[in-house]
Amino acid sequence: MVEKTPILDTLTYIFLMLGIAIVGFPIIYSIIAATLPLEQVSKVPMPLIPGDQLWVNIQTAWVKGNLGSNLFNSFIMASGITIGKIIVSMFGAFSIVYFDYRLRTVAFVTVFCTLMLPVEVRILPTYEMAANLFGPLQSVWNALHLDGLVSWIARHEVEVTLEWSLLDSYTGLILPLVASATCTFLFRQFFLTIPEELCEAAKMDGASPMIFFRKILFPLSKTNIAALVVIEFVYGWNQYLWPLLITTNPKMLTAVIGLQYIIPAADDLPYWNVALAGSLIVMLPPVLLVIFMQRYFIKGLVEPEK
Amino acid sequence: MKKRAYFTSGYLPYFLILPQVLVTAAFFYWPALQGLVQSFMRSDPFGFHNTFIWFDNFIALFTDPLYIKSICLTFFFSASMAITSISIGLLIATMANRALKAKALIRTLLIWPYAVAPAISGILWLFLLHPSYGVVAIAIKRWIGIDWNPILNGKDALFMVIIASSWKEISYNFIFFLAGMQAIPGSLIEAAAMDGASPFIRFWRITLPLLSPTLFFVIVMNIIHSFFETFGVIHVMTQGGPGGATNILVYKVYQDGFIGLNLGSSSAQSIVLMSLIIVITVLQFKYIERKVQYAG
Repeated sequence: MVEKTPILDTLTYIFLMLGIAIVGFPIIYSIIAATLPLEQVSKVPMPLIPGDQLWVNIQTAWVKGNLGSNLFNSFIMASGITIGKIIVSMFGAFSIVYFDYRLRTVAFVTVFCTLMLPVEVRILPTYEMAANLFGPLQSVWNALHLDGLVSWIARHEVEVTLEWSLLDSYTGLILPLVASATCTFLFRQFFLTIPEELCEAAKMDGASPMIFFRKILFPLSKTNIAALVVIEFVYGWNQYLWPLLITTNPKMLTAVIGLQYIIPAADDLPYWNVALAGSLIVMLPPVLLVIFMQRYFIKGLVEPEK
Repeated sequence: MKKRAYFTSGYLPYFLILPQVLVTAAFFYWPALQGLVQSFMRSDPFGFHNTFIWFDNFIALFTDPLYIKSICLTFFFSASMAITSISIGLLIATMANRALKAKALIRTLLIWPYAVAPAISGILWLFLLHPSYGVVAIAIKRWIGIDWNPILNGKDALFMVIIASSWKEISYNFIFFLAGMQAIPGSLIEAAAMDGASPFIRFWRITLPLLSPTLFFVIVMNIIHSFFETFGVIHVMTQGGPGGATNILVYKVYQDGFIGLNLGSSSAQSIVLMSLIIVITVLQFKYIERKVQYAG
């Protein structure tokens, strides 16, 4: 700092320690609890010396919470959302920034109107949509009384039902969450900062749009992509409401949702050690990703705000 | 918006934007439209008969004391969570910005809760605040002398959900505040110091005003998170209970729609939520443009 303030500096570190303690306490305490056997974890107050039951508790949680399959589902869902979002939004932003066409403004407005609307505000209709992706087509079909027309042509009663359900499927877990304007917005902001000369030069050399995209735009976007990988993977992994609605088959549960089955209920034995061991395993992948890709992650998170 | 140098090739741009437009149309516009239509209808639970009833769903909603209670609850919850997590986040960020040593380590130790799912944060705090086994609950009982019981007492339950949601939000706010502070030119702070401004004055007169755009953004995001992302916390910790004490708006939409199967009311509630979000977003853009400015 600018001047020497020994008292304030000491205070700074004390407050920092305090802050870190507040933030870290729940996790440290849970880690300790996850290493204890049942009779110790339910003791009041719980001992603060870690036990040796961590592996046993993790194994119990793994079996009880069906973690193997759930973690796999979460992994598919989170990666699917991440990859899907990045591909869809990068092409979208490329189209909006680097092309001039009649419906460009319309496309831009259509996409960006949805910037702030999370899945939670339109739960029911989105669920209905996922239950039958052909719902809108069916409505149009019915509205135009095409059944009658087809029957008339075919000369016997025909009833057409269009159905494609996404319930209990990976597509259903992934696709509706791929729709998000935030990534597109981020890529758009980034593309706008790339010097015009690059595109001019590429055009002069006779590069087609897709060559320009592959050889220039994509390599330049690598940092942004890395940032989005972290943010979107964490977002996808931590989804709650959507997977809760769309999955009924226990084989399709995601890890975070599955945890609710290992939390001890009021009249159960208080197996908190197992519940916490399971929770720690489930939170590990996104936490590690954020810690190890910190630089990209912070960049990606803070950048769109500017 | 558009570059000076751009391509003009017939169908390619349409083809490139198509996936985004299709997904947006299928999962934003169509559902939103359906929700709007549904909110003017009364349907039987099996979805066979729909009757158009104008604003009856909305009238029923706003004359329902339970819904009014849920609205007040949501605002209280949202404000408590924002105030707690913003003040702690700001304090820690200020300190971390002052720290000279171990900056990277400090930052790492403070940002990881961002990656913890809201529902898992709920589980951790459910254990810490458990009336019979939780260490924090025991501390509250002994030191403050309250008969802490979030399972039966509505106020305790609400307090518990607020803590679990704020905890996770602290690191989100911390990241933004720290980034905002690091963007403030050091020369400004040094000039003020040379004029004899103490560290506290410098914080109030320079850092905080220059941080106001970040602060505003963080407030908006905190409100949005408290409205929606807390669904997992509530679902794991209280399921809206006891006696509706933690039944915030987004949870009520889920309960009335999916568990109660009252489609009309649930859709009307979705529309109310959507309007709220739109108002907040518009306010955000207007406010950012007009009021929050760099003083320098």
